[in-house]
Amino acid sequence: MTQTELTTTAAASSAEAPPPVRARRRFSREGVTRLLFVAPAALYLVLFFGYPVVKNITMSLQEYTTKTFFTGEAPWVGLANYQAVLNSNLFWPSMTNTALFTIGSIAGQFIIGLALACYFKRRFPLSNFLRSMLLLPWLLPLIVSSATWRSILEQDSGILNQFLGTFGIEPVPWLTSPAVALIAVVLVNIWVGIPFNVTILYGGLQDIPDELYEAGALDGATGWKAFRHITLPNLKPVISVVLVLGVVYTIKVLDIILGLTNGGPANATQTLSIRSYQESFINFEFGVGAAFSNILILISLVFAVIYLRANRRAVDE
Amino acid sequence: MKNRKFTLAAMTAIAPLALTACGGGGGSASSSGEVESLTVVDYYNNEPDKTLVQEAIDRCATELGVTIERETVPGKDLIQKVLQRASSQTMPDVLMLDNPDVQEIAATGGLSPLSQYDVDTSGFAQGMLEAATYEGEVYGLAPTANTLGIFYNPELLEAAGVEPPTTWDELKTAAEQLTEGDQYGIAFSAIATYEGSWQFLPFMWSNGGEETDLTSPEVAEALALWKGLVDSGSASEAVINWSQADVKDQFVAGKAAMMVNGPWQIPALQENPDVKFASVQIPVNEEGQTSIARLGGEVWTVPVTGDDAKQAKSAEFVECMSNDENQLALAEARYTVPTKTALAEEYVAKVPEMESFTEQVANARSRTGQLGEEWPEAATVIYNAIQLALTGKAEPAEAFEQASAG
Repeated sequence: MTQTELTTTAAASSAEAPPPVRARRRFSREGVTRLLFVAPAALYLVLFFGYPVVKNITMSLQEYTTKTFFTGEAPWVGLANYQAVLNSNLFWPSMTNTALFTIGSIAGQFIIGLALACYFKRRFPLSNFLRSMLLLPWLLPLIVSSATWRSILEQDSGILNQFLGTFGIEPVPWLTSPAVALIAVVLVNIWVGIPFNVTILYGGLQDIPDELYEAGALDGATGWKAFRHITLPNLKPVISVVLVLGVVYTIKVLDIILGLTNGGPANATQTLSIRSYQESFINFEFGVGAAFSNILILISLVFAVIYLRANRRAVDE
Repeated sequence: MKNRKFTLAAMTAIAPLALTACGGGGGSASSSGEVESLTVVDYYNNEPDKTLVQEAIDRCATELGVTIERETVPGKDLIQKVLQRASSQTMPDVLMLDNPDVQEIAATGGLSPLSQYDVDTSGFAQGMLEAATYEGEVYGLAPTANTLGIFYNPELLEAAGVEPPTTWDELKTAAEQLTEGDQYGIAFSAIATYEGSWQFLPFMWSNGGEETDLTSPEVAEALALWKGLVDSGSASEAVINWSQADVKDQFVAGKAAMMVNGPWQIPALQENPDVKFASVQIPVNEEGQTSIARLGGEVWTVPVTGDDAKQAKSAEFVECMSNDENQLALAEARYTVPTKTALAEEYVAKVPEMESFTEQVANARSRTGQLGEEWPEAATVIYNAIQLALTGKAEPAEAFEQASAG
């Protein structure tokens, strides 16, 4: 959802920006045409993003339970739902987990993704084939990958522990120890996120002209030096987009955690999105669930604004 | 670049408009004259249950002279589906609900009490009626019920010289003796969902624990039993992630000599002819205590649709689904227990492997009998406490207090 939201907002904002040519304002036919072009996007935004967001905000101010669906009555309770969220013992742990999960996932995805993108920059036999194979995690439904990972990470008979066992490593309680579970979930999410990072970063690398490297090589900038002084600076706009989008995608991850640990063991992998889901669809406290998700939206919004700014700057350049 | 974005935006804008045109247009209810068809929603979306229940539905359709339009949804989506249909005023004429959900939905005023239609509710197991009762009115009938017991592999027990356990002490020793190599003595589900709470209840109740007072020593003792089994290595640490289906898989794979599970797993167990199994009741803490199991099973209800003639017909349908013939047929085919207690003897004669479960059902309690709508909250506290204790984050005695704090 966030993805489409962002692209459409991006599209809408660039649509609204007046074209630099013929800066004189004309409200005549051209203006109307412009409006008509914007209208479908605007209508779409209002219907599919405006309405849910407004509904979610009003819901978080109501006592919205199973009864509401039958009677249509949802009494206003002011900020009581937010109070319930802030007072719940799981709020701060889930905030911390959301932060750790996001930072851990992004760091891993980005570093591995960048390394792989640089690796594939060189052409070698089967490089195209291998690069497209890398997309596999992206193509699998997340429910399938999380179920598969669950059996891989199974403590007694999972193949990961069997493999580690051949090196004499004791079975790791990947999903059963509160101390390890979050790490396991982050590892799986890194695996899921690598294709996205590779694809975007690889695209960015293709745009860096080879002449720069040739010129750099003449001045003695090869290998690591070339990477630091040529690749990184030229890749900067792409990197900032990848990172910010990554944060927005990762902060709301639900299915992977749900499939792997369901927020457990002993609430060790509770995040804001898991809280929101469980309050809404397990405890049927839709108001409290909405309050949790609004907090999440607020956090994503900060990053969305950063993304839009970075994007605008990139376009301006 | 900009042009492409325009096209994209325009395309994404138009797609949903085209899609929304396809919605709606369901069957419209005629509120006068003969009732010719009824709509039914249930969650038996997997074989063999889907077909077996269809047979019972067909029998009732013929008996009542109506055609039935049936929709099956996955179990975990049922309540969401119900809420959606409630808000769009398109409730089915007959709705199947898992028994712990009945009171929650009845409390919304979305179901009609069966007393309105002179449905006979006598002769049903007390626990099942309690589950379907809200504020003194019965809202639904269940043809069959299920419960939990201990399944064991008789070959393994014989080889180890172990008798099927009847008390907690026997359970502990048996589990310990049966643990060797990659085979655990016992498997159970302590997962952080209602399944985990449901598996814990028979141990808690048999020991005198109550969901109204979860911080009592009786409840803590039951938790200490589970923790002991995991700590001593008789059960895997992974139990905190196992659903009941996972537990069954462990048993079938020979990785557990005993398991806590329900008779609905019997068809799956029979698919593996190499796997031998038998069952006993859930053991009690001290001799003399009665093993009290928790009652499972689905209840057929009549939602309020505003069409009186159809609602009356639906009540007849619900009654028919629970008549003697259907109870026995469904119970026999699905390894569940008839809810009319008078049928127990006839049933056990037909399906002897269900004897221990049939006994359990007579004593079984419903999850919601005491707490009603408050049950989901208690169930959450229970599975959270189990998780805290089994992962070593809290002692069994303190786990419930910590979990109740939210």
